[in-house]
Amino acid sequence: MLEINEENCIGCVICEKVCPFGAIIVDPKDKKAKVLDTCTLCGACVNACRYDALTIKRKKVSKEDLEKYRGIMIWGELERDELENLQIKNVVFELLGKAQELNKTLNETISVVILGPPGKIPPIDILYHYGADEVFLGEHELLENYSTDGFTTAITTLIINEKPSIFFYGATANGRDLAPRIAARIAAGLTADCTAFDINKEKQLVQTRPAFGGNIMASIISPFTRPQMATARPNNFQKPIKDTSRKGNLKKFQVKIEKQTIRTKIIEEIISKVDTINIEEADILVSAGKGIGNKENLKLVQELARELNGIMSSSRALVELGWTSHPIQVGQSGKTVIPKLYIALGISGAIQHLVGMKSSDIIIAINADPEAPIFKVADFGIVGDIFEVIPQFLKQLRSERRKN
Amino acid sequence: MKIIVSIKQVPEADKVAVNPETGTLIREGVESILNPFCEYALDMAVKIRDDNPDIVVEIIAISMGPPQARMALLRCLELGADRAFLLSDMAFAGSDVWATALTLKEGIRKIVPNFDLILCGKHAIDGDTAQVPAELAENLGIPQIFYGIDVKVEKKKIRVKKETENGFQIIETRIPALITISKGPSNIRRLPSIKNIIEARNKPLETITADELDIEKEKLGLNGSYTQVINIFAPPTKETGKIIDGSDPGKAAEQMIAFLRDKKLIKFEVD
Repeated sequence: MLEINEENCIGCVICEKVCPFGAIIVDPKDKKAKVLDTCTLCGACVNACRYDALTIKRKKVSKEDLEKYRGIMIWGELERDELENLQIKNVVFELLGKAQELNKTLNETISVVILGPPGKIPPIDILYHYGADEVFLGEHELLENYSTDGFTTAITTLIINEKPSIFFYGATANGRDLAPRIAARIAAGLTADCTAFDINKEKQLVQTRPAFGGNIMASIISPFTRPQMATARPNNFQKPIKDTSRKGNLKKFQVKIEKQTIRTKIIEEIISKVDTINIEEADILVSAGKGIGNKENLKLVQELARELNGIMSSSRALVELGWTSHPIQVGQSGKTVIPKLYIALGISGAIQHLVGMKSSDIIIAINADPEAPIFKVADFGIVGDIFEVIPQFLKQLRSERRKN
Repeated sequence: MKIIVSIKQVPEADKVAVNPETGTLIREGVESILNPFCEYALDMAVKIRDDNPDIVVEIIAISMGPPQARMALLRCLELGADRAFLLSDMAFAGSDVWATALTLKEGIRKIVPNFDLILCGKHAIDGDTAQVPAELAENLGIPQIFYGIDVKVEKKKIRVKKETENGFQIIETRIPALITISKGPSNIRRLPSIKNIIEARNKPLETITADELDIEKEKLGLNGSYTQVINIFAPPTKETGKIIDGSDPGKAAEQMIAFLRDKKLIKFEVD
């Protein structure tokens, strides 16, 4: 239960403002906080209190308590397309595929939570087609753009009411921002950036993730807390086969947030034209390193990327030369990528680069130096001149395509 | 203005591996370094101090870790921190994200309760969970901004330029707040001068133990953790790839096409 230490409470009303349930009020008479019976022990007030006046006494969770939590819930993250319309991110469908697989053992309900502004929600039937049984829709003007505070409050409320046993997020920029915030608020275990999920004999979620730059794998469980929360790498699980005859239930829920409880404000949004696609989500990456010689040669790299339906990324060296920008940098001080195909052009393969890409499904390397370490991780390598091989490759590929 | 930089000491990425026979981590001969993104965070704190000569900025580096993590904090002192604290105790061993964030929160409440900003690296290169900063911010009840590459201080507010998936945003929030720092155009990993190194030896670097924190022992370390590692294993090893000579570019290109066709990574039908 929520305990109030009246000696510490100064009646600042911060708790009253942050409570998503209107379950704590400051009594105007004695200027002390009072808990109402609508309190769900979500913990928002405890974390917001600056005066140590609030504590939640949680008893150790028993097996029966854990069994009250049922179902797999997924955050249905939205993103804007080029026309500024909201659409459902691909990782949501990938997670629906995984959830269906896990549900063969669990046989519970799979649901997706969609948060957004009224009237601008994309069609949600597609979520049923990809495996959702239920969609929880929370609409609010203040959910137009992602904010840590707004989304944490909305999802925390839903988790407390619906008690899912498993909660998945895509390990996207916003997913990584949101998941730990919710985990800290509801006091739940959380595993980051998972690449595999299983259900064990005890019906616990086994979450497997790479660590130490992919040098080791670790399997992790959350035995004491529910929901079992995890973020999952985008572009890692297979998108399931669509079944347009599948139907589901839409459940709207109320989101109670106020402007002053969202403490961050977007002042400006700068969409970068060159890097509009996130390299972490690309299936095919064509990556350039110092061996390409000069900036002009990036055109050939881009041409190859386009021809293969991929996008361009780069090594740190090119970012430091100012030829490419940091959002497309692969490696230790950039991004970790796991595309289906990674083509390294003129990248020697320093360890700092390798830790960022060596888990890719297939790696092709072209480099003039036969001793380049990139060849140690390559599935296919060509020791040669990029500017002779790639134009030949494009020529042959195009002529093959003309034949078809 | 008091800026806390919460840092982590990490093993150098290429040195850690799993012994395939025993399934345990091989740590011999592994050197430890200050996590590069934590170094950018410290660099950002120094930049804030340089950009605001009219404000007195104090930079406090803090870390939770084994005794040898003092070396990473010493590095912070060399790079511009004014004082440093290491939360170190056997009782902290085995902490997951939850227990780490809780311990750091108690440490910060004890050492610098009146902080204005907390800066963290966007992730650590060893565990790469990137979850401690958000759990710490939530525990302290302060707003968070992830992936910051520039910070401007305006009285009780800050404006942060942050990376997004498709560009940048400028976000404003009030202080106190927590920001995670990514590599921006302005951060560089610098080498301290001999003068910096000598000065750092005289800056305060204290160790805080579990007894000094206002927290029950069962909430710490492995006992206080919500997640449990049940298995560690080496990732499936790859077979050595096929490396060909590209002195005949036409032939090499042909083989590359055949390889991609075999792996079904290439489409010949034009949509």
